[in-house]
Amino acid sequence: MATRKTAKKPNVSAEELLGYYRDMLLIRRFEEKAGQLYGMGLIGGFCHLYIGQEAVVVGLEAATKEGDKRITSYRDHGHMLACGMDPNGVMAELTGREGGYSKGKGGSMHMFSKEKHFYGGHGIVGAQVPLGAGLAFSDKYKGNDNVSFAYFGDGAANQGQVYETFNMAALWDLPVIFVIENNQYAMGTAQKRSTSTPDLYTRGEAFGIKGQTVDGMDVLAVKEASEKAVAHCRAGKGPYILEVKTYRYRGHSMSDPAKYRTREEVQKMRSERDPIEHIREMLLTGKHASEDELKAIDKEIKGIVIDSAEFAKASPEPALEELWTDIYAEAN
Amino acid sequence: MATEILMPALSPTMEEGTLAKWLVKEGDTIESGMIIAEIETDKATMEFEAVDEGTMGAILVAEGTEGVKVNAPIAVLLEEGEDASAAVASAPAPATEAPAEAPAAAPKSAPAAPIAPQANLTPDWPEGTEMKTQTVREALRDAMAEEMRSDENVFLMGEEVAEYQGAYKVSQGLLDEFGSKRIIDTPITEHGFAGVATGSAFGGLRPIVEFMTFNFAMQAIDQIINSAAKTLYMSGGQMGAPMVFRGANGAAARVGAQHSQDYAAWYAQIPGLKVAMPYSASDAKGLLKSAIRDPNPVIFLENEILYGRQFEVPVMDDFTVPFGKARIWREGTDVTIVSFGIGMQYALEAADKLAEDGISAEVIDLRTLRPIDYDTVLASVMKTNRCVTVEEGYPVGSIGNHISATIMQKAFDYLDAPVINCAGKDVPMPYAANLEKLALVTTDEVIEAVKQVTYR
Repeated sequence: MATRKTAKKPNVSAEELLGYYRDMLLIRRFEEKAGQLYGMGLIGGFCHLYIGQEAVVVGLEAATKEGDKRITSYRDHGHMLACGMDPNGVMAELTGREGGYSKGKGGSMHMFSKEKHFYGGHGIVGAQVPLGAGLAFSDKYKGNDNVSFAYFGDGAANQGQVYETFNMAALWDLPVIFVIENNQYAMGTAQKRSTSTPDLYTRGEAFGIKGQTVDGMDVLAVKEASEKAVAHCRAGKGPYILEVKTYRYRGHSMSDPAKYRTREEVQKMRSERDPIEHIREMLLTGKHASEDELKAIDKEIKGIVIDSAEFAKASPEPALEELWTDIYAEAN
Repeated sequence: MATEILMPALSPTMEEGTLAKWLVKEGDTIESGMIIAEIETDKATMEFEAVDEGTMGAILVAEGTEGVKVNAPIAVLLEEGEDASAAVASAPAPATEAPAEAPAAAPKSAPAAPIAPQANLTPDWPEGTEMKTQTVREALRDAMAEEMRSDENVFLMGEEVAEYQGAYKVSQGLLDEFGSKRIIDTPITEHGFAGVATGSAFGGLRPIVEFMTFNFAMQAIDQIINSAAKTLYMSGGQMGAPMVFRGANGAAARVGAQHSQDYAAWYAQIPGLKVAMPYSASDAKGLLKSAIRDPNPVIFLENEILYGRQFEVPVMDDFTVPFGKARIWREGTDVTIVSFGIGMQYALEAADKLAEDGISAEVIDLRTLRPIDYDTVLASVMKTNRCVTVEEGYPVGSIGNHISATIMQKAFDYLDAPVINCAGKDVPMPYAANLEKLALVTTDEVIEAVKQVTYR
């Protein structure tokens, strides 16, 4: 990955910078707490943490408006927090409780919010890509200017249905942004061992889809790229591909011993490229915020996360009758 | 306050593990995210990160200890100014934070009904309604056209549905009436367009997806089951996929193994889906209209051989057939023949021939396989005391197997003979004309089965 360029004067206000810092920190602390609750046996099954990738979703969301839709894979906690879903509801879903977004019936990988236009949380690698194009199809059919974000990883980028979708999205000019979160490892397989050509943003060329790559450890760079892609889609010019180069600090899931990469590689990323530290530094050196102000934000976030964990522990398990509900919708 | 560090669960199934190695010692400063220990499970060695910052106060479990239970305290982390001995002394006994065990018995899906099952004999249309002769193909097209006229969110997508007018001409004329925005030709890409259609249903539209045949829907079955059928449940009722997947199902003629398969039992197994498999034109029309209006994903299994078959269809402004209501085609007293889809052809032919031999067969068309109208079947079996099922699909795990099991559980005392399932043979469909004929279920086999259960 390229080293970070000397930050040109960012065209953002102190308030926006603080907002990104806060949103990324919330994801980081939330995920750390989720990891802790998993270790305590309060969260079961699979649990895929977003730590290290925070700038991707926070940068992308910075260019959205009400009505825009998003859909992603099973590494979805960050996306939910970034689009404004309630940390309590997300954490309680992780613990499988009544207060969770899916009443405890979905879990870490299957959460949704109609209100926030978050369409999951999908456990089958790549399946969210045609679904995301379908969301865009529905907006185009209705004639509005909403945009859909279909997030997937470098691993999913090798699924056949992704290319079936690229073809249809380009053929029908669907307003969908394909966000490839390239964290360089598909579970334990490094990208160079799974992928014949390294530049995933060029994978749409055969279908006439424009793409670009962006540094996913720099929230401002991601935001700028997102704005460009959104403008393209809103103008009715069809789909767009953003390959966002990022890095996950933790294992693929909680049960990943991560023997496919060195501790030094992870440590180097954490100490040199951390997206939150980057913004923190920018806030301090630009005198947009004082140490004390940042400390106050840290404290506020810590409180939100502790509250979410408390809520998720206190919320009761779903009523046994819930086993038999939500299988079929009733006709209106 | 001192924080206990607990033995982590590193996989969904881990109950205990070995504390292989401490990477820190007492008195060390601990930062959040720092790797403090290595834990060994039966599958792998994992690094264990600190969550909180502080000072390592006491290591409670020495490295090399085997069989350390998940959630057991393994160390104590101190905040600034705290004393280690105090922390160990004040460390609370490990609390069980796992949720309380669920009571063993979950609610039953179907409470035992003391009431005897009653066949639903309400006619599908009022007596005296004007009728017209129509093919199944025309009835299906009329159903789609009528529903598209009344709901602009309904659209049809599939291979060759628009300009070609349908590979089997089911969508003939629809492009002219509704235009290319709503009658959409897709590339040959079943997995992809099934996913796009499902996503559009999440987004508020009501897609009808035509698979040229259901054989090709196997490419799309992940989207049908994992995305369309399960999302309502996984989202706690927030969103689902109101849509129809329809197309030709089952054997056509002389098209070999990959193009000849009945998927009735496959889809009927999936909670979250509804499944219809009509035989007649009136059922094709009435059920398809109900399917398009249904707020759930519906699998609508048609049959190439039946497309051109003519039936009487009621002339009504808005004729629908409800799901979960079987149709008794022929009343009888000696045996119940249960079938659906093209199987009805063999069932009805057999009943005609059996009548010549003095055997009175009651013939029931299930029409929908999810839900299934158990009551009509049970009421009939309680009357005739014998049952034969007929379907074209494979015999293992068939709809007939399920019907038999239900009858055994709910009407065992009424049975005078074991239920016989007539099904397709347990072989891939051969191409040769003589072998293909052998592989399919036949009228003669149905007659033979009836004679067996009636001991004739």
